[in-house]
Amino acid sequence: MNEPRESLMRVQFSRIHVLAGALLVLLIAALAVPATAQQGRNPDGSVNPTASAVHERQLLEKLGQIDGRVSIPAQRAGVLEQPAGREWRQFHEVTLRTIGAIAILGMLALLVIFYLWRGMVRIEGGRSGRTIVRFNGFERGVHWMTATCFIILALSGLNITFGRVLLLPLMGPETFTAWSQWAKYAHNFLSFPFTLGVVLIFLMWIAGNIPNRVDFRWIKAGGGIVGHEHPPAYRFNAGQKAIYWIVVLGGGAAAATGYLLMFPFYVTDIAGMQAAQMVHSVVAMLFIAAMLAHIYIGTIGMEGAFEAMGTGDVDVNWAKEHHSLWLEQEQARTNAPQARPAATPAE
Amino acid sequence: MARMKFLCDADRCIECNACVTACKNENEVPWGINRRRVVTIDDGKPGERSVSMACMHCTDAPCAAVCPVNCFFTTADSVVLHSKDLCIGCGYCFYACPFGAPQYPRLGNFGTRGKMDKCTFCAGGPDPANTAANYELYGADRLIEGKLPLCAEMCSTKSLLAGDGEIIAQIYKERVSKRGYGSGAWGWQTAYRETIAS
Repeated sequence: MNEPRESLMRVQFSRIHVLAGALLVLLIAALAVPATAQQGRNPDGSVNPTASAVHERQLLEKLGQIDGRVSIPAQRAGVLEQPAGREWRQFHEVTLRTIGAIAILGMLALLVIFYLWRGMVRIEGGRSGRTIVRFNGFERGVHWMTATCFIILALSGLNITFGRVLLLPLMGPETFTAWSQWAKYAHNFLSFPFTLGVVLIFLMWIAGNIPNRVDFRWIKAGGGIVGHEHPPAYRFNAGQKAIYWIVVLGGGAAAATGYLLMFPFYVTDIAGMQAAQMVHSVVAMLFIAAMLAHIYIGTIGMEGAFEAMGTGDVDVNWAKEHHSLWLEQEQARTNAPQARPAATPAE
Repeated sequence: MARMKFLCDADRCIECNACVTACKNENEVPWGINRRRVVTIDDGKPGERSVSMACMHCTDAPCAAVCPVNCFFTTADSVVLHSKDLCIGCGYCFYACPFGAPQYPRLGNFGTRGKMDKCTFCAGGPDPANTAANYELYGADRLIEGKLPLCAEMCSTKSLLAGDGEIIAQIYKERVSKRGYGSGAWGWQTAYRETIAS
């Protein structure tokens, strides 16, 4: 009978031992508690579960937006909050409309004033009746493809910025939506031929559009458009070179940012999308303003200019006045092999 | 009329996603459209918090301001709704929305968007008629039946509150004073230009 009792006592003794050991460990742990753990407690010693909690305002101040993890495949849904949308809204509603209105209306006003002051730039020597090929069929085809796309892209793009203010009250909501929907489709689809046109323009006219010394003289003389002097120019004068680079660089920038917008979130995040929209729209507004000047000088601004892109043939006197060096080159090129065209011997 | 608001008590949210599921089921939301989502910040670290987020039905809503076709409107309950008949799917509301609420079905060409879809505060669409066509476009109209959004009603910890802004703010204040802490009403400053002192 003694033996079991003894073993029971031993068990109890060992339990006490373990308990004391555990208490000792706890005591040591309590003494060795680092200061950081104290911060996780309220002043009265109770646990504060929000001690290390994230705070909205701190995150926004630190990062500008709040990102987290989501368990759905749409990873961009992980952006919890991006108040930057507010700045983008300000840009879209105020800044962009101001830039657009100033650029486009300002350019129109300038052109009207200029036309009233200078009138159409005439061919001073009058028409010679002889013509020379300026742009071949391919060049004109590319030009008009790009130009047609540009006009539709410009109008459908302006509709997004100004349509709500200018057209919606006139058209009514249903008609305006129908038009805007088609404008959006046109904007998306015509971006492809437009981009192709910009690439072709870049390639086929790059040779004549590298700035050179002749351009300085041309600019110094005000391009001859202000005075009545006609500074010499090769195939493209400095003004045309400016238009060329506006088309190539502006068109390139508009196309690149446009495709970012068209394929949303494929390559960039929300901040990138906002930036793409801002670059796209500002470039487009300035592009439209520049093209208004281009259209002006190619039509009512200058006698004999439209034919270059119309029939492709320009009057020799026009070429002599505006592209003297180019005309010399062309004449040298066409006349050199056969000297002067042999006169038909009279019989 | 009440000013309807959402409030997610991040100290209660356990990221169970019941709100997301409830929303999808109640409104028969198509695949790929996330009217509501749960975002976990500092996931796996001490102090991580999850926030259930959808359209906050902002005061002076940015989406409505930037919409090129003016398809948004605010109801008498201050719920921000839009007309899918007018929306052209341009995506501008997503750029302006601070909460990533607008969703676009991938329809048609390229990555372009179909007509925008977002949380309606379970208030249906612009047309109050309870028709199948309206349900398909906008989902359930629970408000008209005197019910609140199902996401909040289904919330397992009552973290997500929906309803009259003053009442839910009062509930939250009482909670905070009782338990002694609160990480604030997420998104309120951005959406409503006000916050709940805690």
